[in-house]
Amino acid sequence: MTCDLSVKFNYLDFKNPVVAASGTFGFGEEYSRIYDVGILGGICTKGLTLEPKEGNNGIRLWETPMGVLNSIGMENPGIEAFIKNELPKMKKWDTRIIANIGGAAEEEYILASEMLNNADLDMIELNISCPNVREGCMAFGMKEKSAGELVEKIKHTSRHPVIVKLTPNAENIVRVAEACEAAGADGISLINTVKAMAVDIKERKAVFENIYAGLSGPAIKPIALRMVHEVCKAVSIPVIGIGGIMNWKDAMEFIMAGAHLIQIGTANFVNPEAGKKIVSGMKDYMEKEGIKNLDEIRGII
Amino acid sequence: MALITDNKKIGNGIYLLEVEGRFKGSPGQFYMIQVAETYPLLSRPISIFELTGNKLKFLYRIAGEGTRLLSEKKGGECIGLRGPYGNGYPSVKGKIAVVGGGMGAAPLYETCKRLKEHPDITAVDLYLGFSEEIILKNEWEKVCSSFFYDIGGMITKHVDVADYDAVLACGPDIMMKKLTETGKKHGKKVYVSIESRMGCGIGACLSCSCKTANGNKKVCKDGPVFLGVEIYDL
Repeated sequence: MTCDLSVKFNYLDFKNPVVAASGTFGFGEEYSRIYDVGILGGICTKGLTLEPKEGNNGIRLWETPMGVLNSIGMENPGIEAFIKNELPKMKKWDTRIIANIGGAAEEEYILASEMLNNADLDMIELNISCPNVREGCMAFGMKEKSAGELVEKIKHTSRHPVIVKLTPNAENIVRVAEACEAAGADGISLINTVKAMAVDIKERKAVFENIYAGLSGPAIKPIALRMVHEVCKAVSIPVIGIGGIMNWKDAMEFIMAGAHLIQIGTANFVNPEAGKKIVSGMKDYMEKEGIKNLDEIRGII
Repeated sequence: MALITDNKKIGNGIYLLEVEGRFKGSPGQFYMIQVAETYPLLSRPISIFELTGNKLKFLYRIAGEGTRLLSEKKGGECIGLRGPYGNGYPSVKGKIAVVGGGMGAAPLYETCKRLKEHPDITAVDLYLGFSEEIILKNEWEKVCSSFFYDIGGMITKHVDVADYDAVLACGPDIMMKKLTETGKKHGKKVYVSIESRMGCGIGACLSCSCKTANGNKKVCKDGPVFLGVEIYDL
């Protein structure tokens, strides 16, 4: 039996539902030396801002049982350098390219999305969920009003489809998702990291300079799954499930919870070939179970 | 996966791990060692201590949960191994000082060994500083022209940087900074290998990003070896 892993995400065809999550895959180059990243459904770029950003000082990474805390702080080369230096390299791979954009203020998001209008991209992922910058970003994703207003403006500016990456720290993530849909979003991705902290008892201070950081990895998977399920029930635009997906079984859970696509984050650090293994694992499972297309099992719960 | 052939304690919390297989690598490069499936999730970056034939050795100290679990592994067990990663020390010529402090000694064994065999090298003087005890006392002399060690003091006091064509260092920041400053004064190149918390080990996650004179660099991919002035002369 031939099974079909392809997914229709609005008008865009993805060859399979496995997408590399923003901030865990750079611009793909490092992983392309390990496997053919063109086998992935898509790649989300490192979070981009209008101007280059150096990121946060101090410790940026801390491990916790079944999870990782990070406080990278959106280090990135800026939109212009991305278009000039990174995007042409990414275009060599036969995969969908999603530019993740963040900002401290509304104006930054608008200008960033304008600059990307002439870039050969498949989608924009609006990052209103990064907990590691002092201004903006997650602040937009906390309430439905601020999220909806920003999405409306970006939809007005951008010629690319716009998906919105939500934060589990929102007051009510389902309402934020609904507000994004009402504002014209083409899709929702969730969840970004959970705002968390760590303490160094020897030093008697917070591990991170920003005190709070973002928790990812298997520790957050059950929460992510519940939120994806709730959002999928509430909106009719397609959803990308993210949060602690380590293997094909986890990926299938998110599909059954209603996600169209899934993103692999922390797993890329644990095993750089995680994306490749998840694609083949999903295919094997479908063949074994006689599932011809993911539509048969999507959202069955 | 790699088969462990030996993992013995050689000092206070310090171990020498030996794995079998076909490995590559040059001095100053590191491997990502995965000790567990679940916790810790991430691999540990550990530099090459020695690479001979089908044996690869790592010298490490228990610093956290990952290295503690690693220390409990026995011969016959397997560990996850990916690499080699990082740039390693560059090729140098003439009379070379190799300076290590504490666990910074780890990548210097293979470094000295290769330098000593190289026709462009006239002498390899190894200086190691330890805070409590010397590790592998009888091994270091075999791989250098002269060996000097110090316990509890400042090893930099014993290195006449002006007398060398280049210095290769690995150890505490204070040690490498001092060597860099002296090197700059005498117009000598000092290469330092720096340590950082790493996530992916291949340059994607930016956890180990460090400030340098030439902008942010990734310790895992652009380093871990840098020219000292790039790091300490900001």
